[in-house]
Amino acid sequence: MKHIIVVGGGIAGMQCAVEAARGGAAVTLIEKEGDTGGKLRNWHKLFPTFTPADEVLSALRHRLAREENITVKTDCEVTAVTPRKVATASGEELACDAVVLATGFALFDARVKEEYGYGIYDNVITSADLERMFNDGAVKLKSGGAPRRIAILHCVGSRDEKVCQRHCSKVCCVTGVKQAIELKKLFPSADVFNFYMDIRMFGPGYEEMYREAQEKYNIHFVRGRISEVSPTIDERLQIKAEDTLTGRPLKIGVDMLVLLIGMKADAMNASLEEASGLRRQPSGFMQPRDSFLGNVESGAEGIFYAGAVTAPKSVGESLNEGTAAARAALEWLGATHKIDSQR
Amino acid sequence: MKRSSWTEYQKEIADNDYYYARSCIRQNFFPGSEKAFLNIVGKDLERNIFDDPAHTSCTGIGYHSDIVPLETIMTVVARQFALMTEAGYENFTSSCITSFGIYTELLATWEEFPETEEKTRENLYKATGREFRKPKNLAHTSDVIFHHREEIASKARRKLVNAYTGEPLRVVEHIGCHYAKIFPKSGIGGSEFPYVLAGMVESWGGQLVDYPERRHCCGFGFRNYLVQANRGYSVANSHKKLESMAPYKPDFIVCNCPGCSMFLDKWQYTIAEMEGQTYGRNGCGIPVLTYEEMAGLVLGYDPWELGMQMHQVDVEPLLDKMGVEYDPSAKYLGRNGKYIGKPERAIVNSCSGDTLYKIKR
Repeated sequence: MKHIIVVGGGIAGMQCAVEAARGGAAVTLIEKEGDTGGKLRNWHKLFPTFTPADEVLSALRHRLAREENITVKTDCEVTAVTPRKVATASGEELACDAVVLATGFALFDARVKEEYGYGIYDNVITSADLERMFNDGAVKLKSGGAPRRIAILHCVGSRDEKVCQRHCSKVCCVTGVKQAIELKKLFPSADVFNFYMDIRMFGPGYEEMYREAQEKYNIHFVRGRISEVSPTIDERLQIKAEDTLTGRPLKIGVDMLVLLIGMKADAMNASLEEASGLRRQPSGFMQPRDSFLGNVESGAEGIFYAGAVTAPKSVGESLNEGTAAARAALEWLGATHKIDSQR
Repeated sequence: MKRSSWTEYQKEIADNDYYYARSCIRQNFFPGSEKAFLNIVGKDLERNIFDDPAHTSCTGIGYHSDIVPLETIMTVVARQFALMTEAGYENFTSSCITSFGIYTELLATWEEFPETEEKTRENLYKATGREFRKPKNLAHTSDVIFHHREEIASKARRKLVNAYTGEPLRVVEHIGCHYAKIFPKSGIGGSEFPYVLAGMVESWGGQLVDYPERRHCCGFGFRNYLVQANRGYSVANSHKKLESMAPYKPDFIVCNCPGCSMFLDKWQYTIAEMEGQTYGRNGCGIPVLTYEEMAGLVLGYDPWELGMQMHQVDVEPLLDKMGVEYDPSAKYLGRNGKYIGKPERAIVNSCSGDTLYKIKR
């Protein structure tokens, strides 16, 4: 039985492991954290259907558990990868026949954008923090009160040359709309403002959700970036922005500011490039062999990609890539197996 | 607010042997501050500092007003560095924020575009026959005071504390746009949460006021002021800051940049005349200090020796609050007791208009 190692136990890696096992391979799924699920573990609901993230994750875990030929290794960090071998931080070397990299992405550290005061002012939070607060049922101000006015800022650490993150993180726009609706449901009398550069509603149902946010929930959308956040004497936050549609500067006080943090390339990508001879894009994400006909292939024989290791992707896209990468790996193993048999 | 972020912005500041470059604005409007800086560094801190009469303006104001071309200012700056080299110094410290920004910018430009440095060397040699070495260490003079702030605290004669209540004085600080907004790494604490003045305030017993428009420009903005028709913009910026800080009831404002000290002080008079609006707790103005004056008061200097009579807003309420002993009648006496004249009384002034001065005719 051919052995495939899937590096990364997030949703793309889990889906890939399941599909590879179903295709007849023995699979080892390696996860550096203590549990599988990746970033989705801390997410509350998924756009555009408001499906609980836990529902998707439970189904994936159930599928994973059902497959006999999958071994899951958690708390295991991978340091180098070749098609025939995966080295871990503990010095272990695992032999295999193919590798799928599903190492995902890192969240942009909002503290880098100092002007927004994340980590400085109590009621400046990130979109990831807000999801955790939704999960805990504890969306509130530091003082314990309910916010009366909330601002959501798009593109924090995305499309921003100043922090060397030129790429679009793709899913933040729709996340901002989703979170605005969730906040409005939670605090119906609150004013919710989304500050955006562009609203990129690329997926099915997204545009409809964006319209609903405006028409049904009366969420305000302001085209302009926030330039600065400051504390006020009554412990609120003063934000300065420019409304580029009216061409006027804008200054308002809010109780809470949510920063929609972008998806950046995982730091591991650089070491993979060096240790495994793989290529990276200027954004730091891994470079697939071909954007159309080989987007789950690495260009190195026997190494495949799944999910956000190559670019920011939605949950649905990451799951699809998990499947596609498993099939590509199985197909490649089948081909090499045939060649080996003919020799 | 958690203010530890400033610690991520550190820079090397030389401990001794400074070549001192004065400021055009500071030596005209706050001459006592430059004298105080030399005394503090040379006498109180017992460090070596060279005040070179041969150096000139950096021409930064002309540069930012599009009057002085880049090649010219590079050559002028190169001459300053040549004077430093000839005097045997490596640590350049500048009194002016604009100059500090210029030196930082040009050193970075030479680093990024070495051909501009070569051209500048050539221009300087042709014009003056001089050659230069780049400073080993570049610091603003506030960086130098910040570097020695704990030593100053150990020698303090007074703290930034209300002598009546024992409460820390509430201090608004303003670092000036060209200190760290151009190159955040060049300033202690960066540009968003600057700590160079805040560190002095806290080390000397005061309490920093963080107010919404803390980072906003004082209003100088070069063309905002230098082009007369634009001065409304300049006043409007200072007005915005003063409106924002007033609810926090600051005891005084301390500025990093000589231009900022001047505008935040003198525009209070203008706003009071235009709008009848004052911002001080006593119905008058908020005193505006340079950091040298603040350090001088802490070290026990006489306020009139520090040149505080040059301010638009009277500093006496602050001096009383700090428990500073001073001679009110000596306020407008210059060196050797010579009367230097006194300004007309205005709304922002708190002192009585009928003070008798010991005028020697």
